[in-house]
Amino acid sequence: MKKMTRYVMADILRNRIVIAYMLFLMVISFSIFSLEDNTSKGLLSLLNIVLLIVPLVSLIFSTIYVYNSAEFIELLVSQPVKRKVIWTSLFCGLAVALCLAFIVGVGIPVLIYAPGVTGWIMMACGCLLSAVFVSLALWGAVKIRDKAKGIGLAIMIWLLFTLLFDGLILWLLFQFADYPIENGMVAVISLNPVDLCRIFMLLFLDMSALMGYTGAVFKQFFGSVLGMIVSCMIMVLWVIIPFLLSLRIFNRKDL
Amino acid sequence: MRCLLLICLLMVGTAHAHTIRVGKGQRITSIHRAISMAVKGDTVLVDKGTYKEGNIIVDKPIVLKGLNQPILDGEGKHEIISVKSPYVVIEGFLVKHSGYSSVTDIAGIKIYNTHHVTVINNTLDNNFFGIYAQGAKHCTITDNHLTAYSRATELSGNGIHCWKSDSMTISGNRVSGHRDGIYFEFVTHSLIEKNISASNNRYGLHFMFSHNNTYKSNTFRKNGAGVAVMFTRNVTMLDNLFEENWGDAAYGILLKEISDSRIEHNRFVNNTTAIYMEGASRINVSRNAFTGNGWALKIQASCMDNHVSNNNFTGNTFDVATNGSLVLNVFNGNYWDKYEGYDLNRDRKGDVPYHPVSMYAMIIERYPPSMLLFRSFMVTLLEKAERVIPSLTPEALKDDAPLMKPIVL
Repeated sequence: MKKMTRYVMADILRNRIVIAYMLFLMVISFSIFSLEDNTSKGLLSLLNIVLLIVPLVSLIFSTIYVYNSAEFIELLVSQPVKRKVIWTSLFCGLAVALCLAFIVGVGIPVLIYAPGVTGWIMMACGCLLSAVFVSLALWGAVKIRDKAKGIGLAIMIWLLFTLLFDGLILWLLFQFADYPIENGMVAVISLNPVDLCRIFMLLFLDMSALMGYTGAVFKQFFGSVLGMIVSCMIMVLWVIIPFLLSLRIFNRKDL
Repeated sequence: MRCLLLICLLMVGTAHAHTIRVGKGQRITSIHRAISMAVKGDTVLVDKGTYKEGNIIVDKPIVLKGLNQPILDGEGKHEIISVKSPYVVIEGFLVKHSGYSSVTDIAGIKIYNTHHVTVINNTLDNNFFGIYAQGAKHCTITDNHLTAYSRATELSGNGIHCWKSDSMTISGNRVSGHRDGIYFEFVTHSLIEKNISASNNRYGLHFMFSHNNTYKSNTFRKNGAGVAVMFTRNVTMLDNLFEENWGDAAYGILLKEISDSRIEHNRFVNNTTAIYMEGASRINVSRNAFTGNGWALKIQASCMDNHVSNNNFTGNTFDVATNGSLVLNVFNGNYWDKYEGYDLNRDRKGDVPYHPVSMYAMIIERYPPSMLLFRSFMVTLLEKAERVIPSLTPEALKDDAPLMKPIVL
């Protein structure tokens, strides 16, 4: 399994798209930090990029990669290797390679311009998001045989997590504005990994504003040790569950 | 010869001030006795030690001075020093454990209806009220250090409390752990300078009906509810620092029914709300620095004729929030770090006006839980749309000449 993971990883890291992704992240991060004299403002701008670009690239790239390596997977399946091992190493290879690209692309500028807790949290968020969306992409790609449809699904997933989910939350908020919904909101919003990452960054960047009444509710939950653990658990679940689902499908799939 | 001696004695007794020494090894061991022996202009010097003498009443113009901070202990029952005469100086004591009452305002040091009293260099520890002046005029309260420990607002008194006083000078004091750090009611023509009021249960500074006072170079930090001032005109606030007042009802400074005042050269750092204005009018807010606050300015629609000019707004989550569409205030020539305009004619002023109220600030004002979605992609999109076609934000609330570079303050 190690060997296969290493092979997938090397294959992806050699891929021009991943290198372009890494360079793109790096150029954007450097330009943001050199344009903004205030590092926390720079981190905020970078946060928007991370929350949009990382899920998008992870999803689309992984989907296409799985479709393109269909023949390679078929070849592997014909060998005396368990399907579980093949699929797991594919996932690990993708996730590690994209995380590496992210760490190099964003981590180096952040370490140079804005070292500190906020920077580290952002790195962790980026890596977790990469893993979550690789896992979701694998699920989509194994579920749908048609490549065009698969990519379409990936885009839908991206739209759902970055835009539609927040729209839905906002709509709910306006509908139930007269009720004490703070705690419910916290519960609902922690279902979305992108929002979780955003809220974590807010805790560090907009501390003063978050100390207002409702903000304090969120601070109480997400800022506490329990909240941190729960949020991390949810993120990890977002990695594991779609992956296990995809593994189940892959195990039974007629290639 | 005898005649000469008599003259000498008379001179000492009348014109020259005596010094009466109080202490363990001295002839007089009780402060009460020393005060009763003293006459006008005398100095009562108190040696180091602990004195549990209940209520010490100073009813003649003398200097009561402690050497090496003697301790005056109220044993949790008494008001410790009561000043009832003009021209009294209280200096260098550690005053602690005053009584507590929910009926009368028991204080560590209380000044009753008199004038020209000086309270200087004392430490007040664990008292109900700290230094209390009622009906006082021309008094000086300087370099005292007040600490209290009660957690509940109703169980603690104010640090420096003045009521119906005039021409007071309050400077260089440090107050913490009291209910309100500095509290004024009907206090006029006073100077409040270089005090540090931090970590008090309620307000760092709280005044009402206290006209024509000047607050200069004070620090108000981490107070339960920040600073609140009400029903007052002609307030001058210069060079103060308002810092880390966190909470929904905590404000760097809350201005309620304040008029004809100046707020200049102050710094507001990391407050939930730096300035909250309600029913405030004719206030000049200029050359202040607003840094890292949740809301730099919350200016309610009930405010009018306020001028906000030449301030720096940097790193605030929201610059300005308001609760209506009526705008009767003027914003001019401020530096806003969120400004995205350009300056073609190089006059260092942006060519397009800046609208400091963001749409999402309005939404949060109406639906506080929506703070949860702040900085999400969708909200950013909504903000951009609002910038192009304003619908929620008040159109008239704008800075016509926003600066391109921060002002050097």
